[in-house]
Amino acid sequence: MVARMVRGWFAVLTVVTAAALAASCSVTPGSSRGPASAPAAPATVGVTETGPVTLTVWDQESGQVSKVWDQLNAEFQQKYPNVTIKRVRRSLGDLKTSLKLAISGPNPPDVVEANQGWPDMGQMVKAGLLLPLDNYAKAYGWSTRVSANVNAVSSFTPDGKQFGTGSLFGFTDKGELIGVFYNKTKLEKLGLAVPTTFAEFEQALAIAKQSGEVPIAFGNLDRFGGIHEFAAVQDRIAPVSYLTDFIFGRQGANLSFDTAQNLQAAGILQDWARKGYFTAGFNGVGYDNTLAKFVKGEGVFMITGNWIVADLGQNSTDFGFILMPPMQAGDPPVTTGGPGFPLAITAATKHPDAAAAYIDWMTNSHSDELLLPTGQIPLAKGADTSSVSPDTLLGQVRTAADATNRANGLVPYEDWATPTMYDTMSAAVQELMGMQITPQQFVDKNQKDYAAFQKSRP
Amino acid sequence: MEQGLLPPLAGRLGGKAPRSDRRPGEPRGIGLIYLAPAFVLYAAFTLVPLVHAFDLSFFQWDGITKGTFVGLENYRSFFTDPVIRSSYLHTLVLIVFFSFLPISIGLFLAALLSRIRIRGLTFFRTVLFLPVIITNVVVAIAWAWIYAPDGPLNSILSAIGLGEFTRAWLGDFRWALPSVGLVGTWGEFGFCMILFIAGVMKIPASLYEAARVDGAGPVREFFAVTLPGLRNELTVILVLTVIDALSTFDLIYVMTSGGPGTATSVPAFQVYSRAFLTNQVGSAAAIGITLMLIVFAVSFGITRVMERGEE
Repeated sequence: MVARMVRGWFAVLTVVTAAALAASCSVTPGSSRGPASAPAAPATVGVTETGPVTLTVWDQESGQVSKVWDQLNAEFQQKYPNVTIKRVRRSLGDLKTSLKLAISGPNPPDVVEANQGWPDMGQMVKAGLLLPLDNYAKAYGWSTRVSANVNAVSSFTPDGKQFGTGSLFGFTDKGELIGVFYNKTKLEKLGLAVPTTFAEFEQALAIAKQSGEVPIAFGNLDRFGGIHEFAAVQDRIAPVSYLTDFIFGRQGANLSFDTAQNLQAAGILQDWARKGYFTAGFNGVGYDNTLAKFVKGEGVFMITGNWIVADLGQNSTDFGFILMPPMQAGDPPVTTGGPGFPLAITAATKHPDAAAAYIDWMTNSHSDELLLPTGQIPLAKGADTSSVSPDTLLGQVRTAADATNRANGLVPYEDWATPTMYDTMSAAVQELMGMQITPQQFVDKNQKDYAAFQKSRP
Repeated sequence: MEQGLLPPLAGRLGGKAPRSDRRPGEPRGIGLIYLAPAFVLYAAFTLVPLVHAFDLSFFQWDGITKGTFVGLENYRSFFTDPVIRSSYLHTLVLIVFFSFLPISIGLFLAALLSRIRIRGLTFFRTVLFLPVIITNVVVAIAWAWIYAPDGPLNSILSAIGLGEFTRAWLGDFRWALPSVGLVGTWGEFGFCMILFIAGVMKIPASLYEAARVDGAGPVREFFAVTLPGLRNELTVILVLTVIDALSTFDLIYVMTSGGPGTATSVPAFQVYSRAFLTNQVGSAAAIGITLMLIVFAVSFGITRVMERGEE
């Protein structure tokens, strides 16, 4: 009897398959509306429309930051009573999966937080779904407010073919950066000074290990952390110009991941894992668990981003922050980081000028002031951060970010290099640090991904 | 797909459908009208997307910009992309854990619980069935905690002197997949047990008496009477659990994200990852369509084999 029923379903499936075959040649998915045209330069800054204006804003902020956003939104509406901000909050994962559908759909939001790089912003630009912001950048002075590297990662040519150059498609002055957090008490107990060179850092790891401490608190079950560990080492070995050229794809397939420096960085990371410098079983430990334990005092160092400042306590004097120490003492500051999610204007908005005024409001010095205590680092040149004592953890992060920003030493996230790089590299780092592949195989895997994408670019 | 298969199988569990008592002369077509509302929904939310997905599987498409027709390229990559290949191989391992193991445990428990009079039988049955009704995401989070390097499993191993076996289960390239699989076993065996217990109750007591008169021991009795009497239940369970194994997503998504490396990646996870994270919608559709065909073929094969044995 069951077989008979299944046979019936087989018939249904055959019909469906036939229908699908018939349909398959006819429908090409996606649209080809071409590059969005740039809006004219606004005559004056601010919201000039007098009728009611509703701006729908999609963002992925949470926690303290989200509360500040609510406050900033309320203040903006006070300033312009005819404007209503309709805020749609999404989780980071939700935003990634639903934003593209939303802005290509019939009722797109006006302002969105669009992640940089090929996978997200690049696709939206290519599809003509975002407005070029150059005229607004000029009117509001966005191009001079932050260093060139910061706006470069939110820039594409209007046809979406070149990354890191062309028009500005999103703007934020809030930044993030990867660095080394350290537990001051532990370092003191081990009789160690804060390392100032890479060699000193490695020495500290060895001593911590010998003394039975966890040298580097690290949990990579969620996979995203591994990329940052690799980047922290790589940034100190590979030249900044190579890294930015590689990530922006400036030389197409002529640039390779297979370089002596990348190989060396992979080798160092694997060596550290072999020597037991990371939390035991790191591939099976969650990031949040590791962080919770680091806060409680397990681990001498933790290599991650400034977003944990709030967890460690912004005024903490138990924890400190440095960039990964350089090969030679006194080398210019370099690290992976850059602007957080930039705000972009959708091509379908009816109120581009009001949207630009909103973006400016969310990135002005008032917003810097309100967001700084949440750990969001203002990258604006000359941002007033006098309220933060340089001796606190937040102060140290702020100082490091400022120095790196001024030296143009912020390296974009490497997983922006291709639409699939996050997947490829995060899996490869797990394999590298889990002794499943050699450093050469690690380099090869990433190069294969990179070469395939560069080849596919028109 | 799953929804499509469930009703007929569920119908089988509930006994025979009542024979038609349509009066002579009543138009046959009226049934179709009753069917229409459900069919419209089914078509809109299952058939149309299915056809659309099939269509997409012939394109290279990032989800927004105009796609490129690539013919069978997405299907051809099954033979060249080691990640897709290993994903399918991983489901074979999962079938052992989602299907064979729970069925063995379920059969054993059913035989045990139906043979021996146990005080508080309902209590045990309920407790053993409990894992089935817990949402998979909750199950996954709880087990991820159990498997953590400093979690209960390793603590117990250390406590009983097996400290050398402790490891970061979900981060271990060899053990991550079996670890996830075992969660499936835990989640499925109660379901198997309940169906088998229900099936055992339908086996006439006279058969057992006859077996005992003939001097059959408990083992012989199990293979001669219980197991053949459970053939129908076995078919249903085999089909459902194998489908579960093939379409596993939530456990992997919550527990390992397919890692470490790609050690626990499965086709359903690849569909998600390619469609929503890496802008390879065409490839995701191809994997989804193939997965559906495999699920269909396997279900068909199982029922076919089991029915043939019956005849």
